[in-house]
Amino acid sequence: MSPPEIFALRQYLGPELKGRTISDARHSVSLTDIIRHSYLIGRSRELSGRSVLLAASGQLLTALAMLELDGVAHRMLLCPPDLDPDRMQGLLEDAEIDAIVTDRPLHRCDDGRYLVVGIDLPERAAVGWKTERVTEWLMLTSGTSGLPKIVAHTLDGLAGAIIAEGPARNQNAIWATFYDIRRYGGLQIFLRAIIGCGSMVLSEPGEAVADYLARLQAARVTHISGTPSHWRKLLMSGAAANFSPRYVRLSGEIADQAVLDGLARAYPHASIGHAYASTEAGVGFAVDDGREGFPVDLIGPNRDGVEMKVVEGSLRIRSCRAARAYIGADAPALADAEGFVDTGDMVELRGERYHFVGRRGGIINIGGLKVHPEEVEAVINRHESVRMSRARSRRSPITGAIVVADVVLADGADAGRREAIRAEILDRCKGCLAAYKVPAVIRFVERLDVTEAGKLARADA
Amino acid sequence: MSVRSRIFSAMQQIADDQKITLPRLQDDLTLHETGFDSLAFAILVARLEDDLGIDPFTSAEDAAFPSTIGEFVRAYENVPA
Repeated sequence: MSPPEIFALRQYLGPELKGRTISDARHSVSLTDIIRHSYLIGRSRELSGRSVLLAASGQLLTALAMLELDGVAHRMLLCPPDLDPDRMQGLLEDAEIDAIVTDRPLHRCDDGRYLVVGIDLPERAAVGWKTERVTEWLMLTSGTSGLPKIVAHTLDGLAGAIIAEGPARNQNAIWATFYDIRRYGGLQIFLRAIIGCGSMVLSEPGEAVADYLARLQAARVTHISGTPSHWRKLLMSGAAANFSPRYVRLSGEIADQAVLDGLARAYPHASIGHAYASTEAGVGFAVDDGREGFPVDLIGPNRDGVEMKVVEGSLRIRSCRAARAYIGADAPALADAEGFVDTGDMVELRGERYHFVGRRGGIINIGGLKVHPEEVEAVINRHESVRMSRARSRRSPITGAIVVADVVLADGADAGRREAIRAEILDRCKGCLAAYKVPAVIRFVERLDVTEAGKLARADA
Repeated sequence: MSVRSRIFSAMQQIADDQKITLPRLQDDLTLHETGFDSLAFAILVARLEDDLGIDPFTSAEDAAFPSTIGEFVRAYENVPA
């Protein structure tokens, strides 16, 4: 019952790998002999072959459950922290969930329909799990356009980019991410830590950036990932110097030149890369040359089983790393007839490089002319006094909409120079954007909201 | 500063930004003769809304769009701020 060819996380948890841990702000769990322990409470043996909702309150317990149940459960549904409770019942039905792992009392679901298994620290004696099957990994899309959908992956696809790079490349790395590991971007980092035989430091919701950085430095984190919004927040915190990573990774949003340059200045000894991935299409590629956009020769098939093309301006990906399907009643097709996923991310060829210009759904329509807020933000963010910005649509009785921008100034920017900075920003916008793309109004704000998924909140997107 | 002069000053600023040479602003000048295109007017209306707190072309139920500078100014003057 244990065919060796089935790929499961268990095989990266051997006792011969010493000194590995996974930790959050309160607890640290050794990964070295984790295979001899179980964190599940109650009728955990019955989880074999079940469709399990992982509903632990925190990331650490979720991680421990994933390590135990991969290769054992039929499927695992990862439940992100900000999930709307009203959506839960529908998700349970769509994913045909019949078991729940949680550390919380259940109110809505505790009616005997589900096998409920507890999870908690400290560990107990191992259940003696064997890898029996290819577990389906279900996760939710970030829902930037509409309600979140459930997508189904296998570990093979999820880890495709990690295996292709060669996990040995980052051997013994200590990973961290601003993301929550119950989402695609964070899960990638968790898998890198496990498959690369390294350690992992988890983020804590609501933790101040300076506290988080202190924890990362204390744990000697070497590799870290986040969205450009996460990184801008870190650069704004004034605490960036208290941390010294060897590898900095950006994904989940467009990495513009300003944030890449800002990180290169803050971490001159780190290698800085930005990756393109989506929950549906999987990891597309990573770019390590410190420049925004990606080389044109990435378009086409590559030897790692990823093929990209651009159709009507949007990036399409056919990949062995893509999700297998959307799950649920009335689930739409995830890919077209040829197997390409339309990412909805719009790109533009400039010279020998493609640049991301924004999301298809986020376009602002100005009297029939289209503007991506991200292309405006990229220009604004290049101003040395700007930390981050958000371009957005404002309704107009004349043109239907106009572009306006909210701007957060960098630390140390002279507030007395606001009017001068405003004029400089407008000059630059005029210099490189068509007139209708130049913000009609620039407003200075103290902060811009970032969603739970680490992306700039776009209320109008 | 009166509503009229705030409108004229906003128009002058947009004209400078967009390298438009404004003719002398007077009531019977048609909006077309100002040299402003619809984008310039959209910017003007947005900035005036921020400055004066009103957008007469959206708030009025039967917003008739003005055709001269005089009508444009009166649209702002006639809305209780």
